Formats: sequence, structure tokens, C-alpha cells
Amino acid sequence: MKKFDKERVLLAVAGPVIALAVAFVLSAIVLVASGKNPVEPFALMFEQATFSDVQVLIINQASMYYIAALAVAIGFRMNLFNIGVDGQYQLGAMLAAIVGAHMNLPAVLQIPLLLLTAVLTGAFWSGVAGVLKVTRGVSEVVATIMLNAIATSVIGYLWLPTVFGVKVGNNNTTGEMHESGWVPGIDMGAAGEIYGLVILAVLLGIGYWVVLNRTRFGFDLRASGASETAAAASGVDPKRMVLTAMLLSGAVAGLAGLPILLGGSHTYNLSFPTGIGFLGIGIALLGRNSPVGIAFAALLWAWLDKASPELDFHGYDKEIAVIMQGLIVLSVVVSYEAVREWGLRRQQRRVGAELAAGHFIGAENNVKKEVAGR
Amino acid sequence: MTAVELAGITKRFPGVVANHDIHLTVRKGTVHALVGENGAGKSTLMKILYGMQKPDEGTIAVDGEKVHFNSPADAIARGIGMVHQHFMLADNLTVLENVVLGSEKLYGIGARARRKIKEISERYGLDVRPDALVEELGVAARQRVEILKVLYRGARTLILDEPTAVLVPQEVDALFENLRELKSEGLSVIFISHKLGEVLSVADEITVIRRGTTVGTAVPAETTPRQLAEMMVGSELPTPETAESTVTDRPVIEVDKLRLAAPGGKALLDDISFTIHEGEVLGIAGVEGNGQTELVDALIGLRPADSGVIRLAGEEITAWPTRKRREQGIGYIPEDRHRHGLLLEAPLWENRILGHVTEKPNAKGFWLDPKAAQEDTRRIVATYDVRTPGIDVTAASLSGGNQQKLIVGREMSHKPRFLIAAHPTRGVDVGAQAAIWDHIREARREGLAVLLISADLDELIGLSDTLRVIYDGKLVADADPSTITPEELGSAMTGAASGHLEHDETPETTAEVSKAPESPEDEAR
Repeated sequence: MKKFDKERVLLAVAGPVIALAVAFVLSAIVLVASGKNPVEPFALMFEQATFSDVQVLIINQASMYYIAALAVAIGFRMNLFNIGVDGQYQLGAMLAAIVGAHMNLPAVLQIPLLLLTAVLTGAFWSGVAGVLKVTRGVSEVVATIMLNAIATSVIGYLWLPTVFGVKVGNNNTTGEMHESGWVPGIDMGAAGEIYGLVILAVLLGIGYWVVLNRTRFGFDLRASGASETAAAASGVDPKRMVLTAMLLSGAVAGLAGLPILLGGSHTYNLSFPTGIGFLGIGIALLGRNSPVGIAFAALLWAWLDKASPELDFHGYDKEIAVIMQGLIVLSVVVSYEAVREWGLRRQQRRVGAELAAGHFIGAENNVKKEVAGR
Repeated sequence: MTAVELAGITKRFPGVVANHDIHLTVRKGTVHALVGENGAGKSTLMKILYGMQKPDEGTIAVDGEKVHFNSPADAIARGIGMVHQHFMLADNLTVLENVVLGSEKLYGIGARARRKIKEISERYGLDVRPDALVEELGVAARQRVEILKVLYRGARTLILDEPTAVLVPQEVDALFENLRELKSEGLSVIFISHKLGEVLSVADEITVIRRGTTVGTAVPAETTPRQLAEMMVGSELPTPETAESTVTDRPVIEVDKLRLAAPGGKALLDDISFTIHEGEVLGIAGVEGNGQTELVDALIGLRPADSGVIRLAGEEITAWPTRKRREQGIGYIPEDRHRHGLLLEAPLWENRILGHVTEKPNAKGFWLDPKAAQEDTRRIVATYDVRTPGIDVTAASLSGGNQQKLIVGREMSHKPRFLIAAHPTRGVDVGAQAAIWDHIREARREGLAVLLISADLDELIGLSDTLRVIYDGKLVADADPSTITPEELGSAMTGAASGHLEHDETPETTAEVSKAPESPEDEAR
């Protein structure tokens, strides 16, 4: 059986490697077409990755990407497209910030309270889309896009000084959170601090794997994603599964902004990072919905983000990193589908060959059984 | 004068020999029937003749000349045309547009093409109007359009794949009239079917194919349906089980006045009542689409009944969800294993969990137990003779027969009290078919109640203790499988007969069959 295991690893790695190679080549072509050196920008960006302060930035950024991508991946595993991660994490972070500014419990209670607030907010927001899909058949894609827009308005409303907002100069904030809700970072000396909630991202990744691969619920969820009809025939209640997956996805999404909120900004203001939910979609795709794959993809994305500003100092446009992210997503979609089909066909052929050669389980048993039958 | 001659055709697929040393000679101006059971290799042979697959061995000759087909286009150029079982017409185009599509070079797309279509239509009595929209046509008219399409492309030999499967009896007669027109004009027709009555009435010659090889030819005038059936099924003919009944008086599943309506209010199932006892196989005969799928869905819990009661061992289960029904001992071999029975891209051991995720050995409480599931998958693979190099390969890489054996093994491993078996041997090779029959018989001896739905009438008659006929959502007739013949059952399936079907010949013929020495039933003992 070792052969088939090796095969699976090969297939799992082939897709991303091909996609990244294609994306690098295409980016280089873009650079050449605009009359620039196609190699130097990459060299500069790789060099950035060797600096410890940039590394800290990358890890911090990646932790948020990772959580957002996990949320998207939960939906993907059962063919749900939760585009609303963006609205869910922003609302989750904002409400956590508000609770953190108005409640002041001891840290052991305060931090779990803030996490819970974010989880419930995210789940509530995605749950709206889930309920709409289950009861009225509304596509979750449309519903979550709408909910993203509504979330933006809700955030604008909550920022009003008459509601929960606190004006700091020109900046809208939710006021500074009480220190009991701050999560201490991991001190890296001169390089800076790694957010404490990076640990949370790692735990979520482990939890994601355990739930999906080692629980009955996870099996039902994956079965629903692989074949809705087969899952229903196996006893999965499709509506309940849609709703549960949506709630779970939103719950995880609610946490995506917390590493920076509890570890850095301590308030939800205009400069709070936006768009992480959308980036999470590309990262989940690149990471093939696998917790390890997503980790690599999140680090890659964060590296492109954090290393590209340097390009401006060398006469290149840092937008090359954005172009590259787009190219990666495009090539990922194409190469994964191609590799998947190729893999299936290849396995069919190999199984056929092994059978023809007489290598199958119980080849000896059959002989015995036939003898016994006579 | 021979139109087409196939000699020594052999075709191997991974693990299976689909065709082996096949000989077939079709004379000009004749209807040549190719008969055989599902999975006997008819379709593969025709795909070879039509250029869709290449034979590993053997030769094809058209009009006495050896040919090699690389694609259907080559076959068409040689005057061979195929009318598929599933029509390939664009609904929103007219007949004319459908016919010229892809052959615009022949007679253009305008008046010349229309003239040609009318000419063909009149010549062979096809009654096709070139400007009718295909979506407005009935099934029989669509079939005639398909035939015309093939003739338009210059076919001299037509292959018709199970053309009568979709037709009602009057339409079948009309089709046969058309076929007689064709042969009187010197064209040849290869007619694929497993309906013996039809074959005998329309064919000039018959070639019988069994287990992938030709076992003989027959001339209709000198052949009875019985002789043909024996050639067709050979030793595989399942024994009607008059001798050894395992039926008890303990009811396992009771269905009372079950009704299921489509959203518009039309009844898909109406007033369905039956009881299956321990050790009993209840066979449901019927033309597809008469409510079989809905009945299965209602029993497994995929569609709630609108009214009526279902009881399992005395307990009412009408409101139970699917999972609870499966946990409480309802096994399910679905009609469409790819849609309802397997996760094609998941490994075999995950497919072993599917449908039984809450049960041992797959789960320990809330947690999955992959080790135990894998261990048990190995056992199933060995016991049920699933041909696979391992349990980590995807279900998609197995052949249909081996996929089905895995499903049967999975369902049997949970000791069901009631088994729903919908077309359990459809698309399965002959060896796997016999094995699956044996497993069902064995479980029945141990007290399993089985609902068997099948389009294969021999299978139904051979395995069932009781037979009911479903027509338009109602159980309209019942029959005793020990005396009924496929032909009699077939006519009841068209709604022509109701009530208790009596066998009207002397029961001597059936007694002979039960003495057939090489039946799988005997082997199993």
C-alpha cells in the first residue's frame, strides 16, 4: 500500500508546485513586458524573508490569514462558498473590541469572554445566510455578499460617537480595551513581538484536522461535500448539515481579526486590517483545504504582503506582489483540476494493472474459499 | 451477401474480459438481433463496431472488406450508423436543424437538406416533419428522427441499442414496421435487445451473446422463447425457488396505504400496501419510472410519505430520519451506486464507513475509529471478493461489479433485518452477479427480509418468493414466481393485466428449469 500513499503525497504536492511555478513565470513575463528585470524583484523579496523583523511581521499577518482561510475551508469541504468571512471577522473583531472596552473582568475570564463574543458574532452573521439557504433556498454566495455590505454599514453605525464610537482625532475607534483583555505577545527582542494568539491559530488548525478526520460529524461533513446525494442516502440531514457548517465557518471567521486586536491594536479603528476574508478564499484554495497546506499558503501570502514594500525603494512597483497573488489563484484553480483528473485516471490504470497481474487483497483466500465450497 | 462481419473480436478491460472471441455475421437486407443479458457484452461489441473502442484482437469486415475504425467518423464513412438508447437531440432545435447538425457538408442546411429529409422519410415510412421542434415530439417520433439522422449520413447498416426500452407496445409495432421497410430497401439492422418476444417477431437471424462471447445463432422460425432464454442465460438461469422456501410468518416490514405525491399533486405512489416476512424476498416488477424510485426513497427515508404507515418489526418508523432507519437495521443497495452508494473519490475504507458512520466498527461514540474501519474493510474485500490492490485506492478506480460487491458487503456486514435491493446486479459482470445473488439468498436463509427491485425479469423471478407488479405508482398485480414466465410478467408491467396473474400453460416447462443441474443455487450448497 506504500505505493498508493506515496502517490497521494505526490499528487498533493504536484498541484501547488505547478501553480506556483506557473505564477512565478507569468509574473516574470509581466515584469519583462513592462521593461523591468524579471529576476531582481524576487531576489529582493527573498532577501526580505531573511530579516527577523520581517519574519515576525509575516508570522503575525499569517496567523490572521490562516484563521480566515480555515473558516473558508470549512465551507469548501462541504461545497459551501462562504464569501462572508470578511464581514464575519470584521463584525466579530468590532464587537469583541466593544465588549473589551466596556467590561473589565480578570484576564482569565476577560479573554475567553472576548473570544466567545467574536465566535458568537461570526456564527450569528454566517447563520443568517445559513438559515436563508436552508429555509428559503437562497444561495449562500449571494446572501454572504449582501451580509458583507450590511456588515460595513453596521460597523459604520457602531462607530458613531452616540453609539459605541470614540473619536480619536480623525480616526473612528471603539475606545481602548481594558488591559485585562490584552493577550501578551512572545517577545522576540529587537525583531518585535509575535502575537500571543498565533497559538490560537495553531490550535484551530489542529482542531480542524481532528474534527474533520476523526469525528463522525467530520465524516458526515466531508461526505456531504463529496456527494450530496450519497450523504443524504447515508443518513445525513442535508439541511442541518448546511446550517451547522455555515455556523462553524462563521464562528471560526469571527476569530480571524483577534490576533491583532488583542495582541496589537487593542481597539477597532479605521486602520484595522480589511479584506482578510477575501484573501482567505485564495489561501484556502492554494492550501487545498488542508490545515498544513493552508499554513504554507498563509505564510506565502503574508510574505508577499510584507516583503513587497521594499520593492518601492528599488524602482519596482510593489503591486507586482498583488499581481502575483492573483496569478497564483488563477493557476491554482487550473492546475488542481488538471492534477485531480490526471491522478484519478492514473490510479484507475494502476489498479487495473495490479489486478491484471493478480495482486489483490485476498487473492489466496479466494482459492481457499472455492475449495471449501466444493 | 454479408454487410458486416466480426470475427474473433476480443476486448479486455482492466481485470475484465468484456468480449472474447466474438463472431457475428450480418447479411444484407436483414434484421439481425443481438441478444444477451445486461452486462453480457453487447454494448462493448457495438462500441467496437461503431469505432468507439478498438478491439484487442479480431477483425471487422464491411461489405467483405477489412476495416479499422479509429473513431465513429470512420464507421459512419463506411455506412455504419448507431441509434443510441438515450437520444442525442437538441430539444430547442427543429428536426431539420438536428439532422444537418455536424453534416452540413452533405446537403447544405436549406432546401436541399429539407428535400432529402422528406425523401428519406417517405421512402422508409418514417413520418418525420423537418420543421417540427424536437421538444414537441414524443419519444417514438424522436427515435424516428434519430434513425433518419443516421440514414441521412448514408448508413447502410444501422445499430439500434435497446430501441424498445422507451416505447409502449403500439409504438414498438410501428418501429418494427419501419425496420421492415429498411430491410426491404436492402439495408441491414443490428437490433440489440434482451426482450425475447420482440426479437423473435422482428429478427431474421439471432446471435446470442453470453459472458462476453457468442454462444450461438438461431433462426426465429425454428426457435421458442424458452430455447432462446436458455441460450441467453445458460447455467446462470436463477432457479425458481419452489423447492426450498424460507418464508416465515413473522413480518419484518409492513407498509400500509403509503402515498407520495409530486409537488403538483400528482400521486407518484398511491395506496401501496405490502408485508415482507423474515426470510422472504418480495420482488417488484415494473417498467422503470412507475414509482420504484419513489418507493425506495420513502422506505429509506429520503422522501417523507404524504400519508400511510411504515412499520419495522412492529414499530412505526414512518417519521424516522434516514440515519435512524439505517441504524435500526435497514440495509440499502441503491439503484444508482455512483450517486447514492459511494464517495467515488474517497478511499474504499471511507466508503465502508458511508451510511454506517455511527455504528461499530466505524465509530466509538463521537469519534471515528479509522483503524477498525480499515481492518473491517479488508475483511469485506476478502469475504466478498472485491478485486482491489488495497483499501486506500479510490472507489472510482474499481470496476462496477467490484464497487457493487463492496456495497453489498458493507450493507450485509451490519446484519440488516430488512434489505432494500434496487437493481442489485445492474451493470455488473456475470461473475459478480452470481456472487451477489448468493449473498442475498444466504442472508434470506438467515431471516432477512428483502425488497427486490429489478428490470431483469429473470432475476426477479429467480430470487423472489412473492412478486408484485408496480404500474403508475400502484401495485396492480401479484404473481407466483414459481409459475410465472418473464413474458407474462412483462405484459402485466405494461398495465395490461391486474389482480393475480395465473400461468396459463402447463407448469411442466418451469419444472424443467428448476431441475437445471448447474444453477448457482446448487453450487452454493
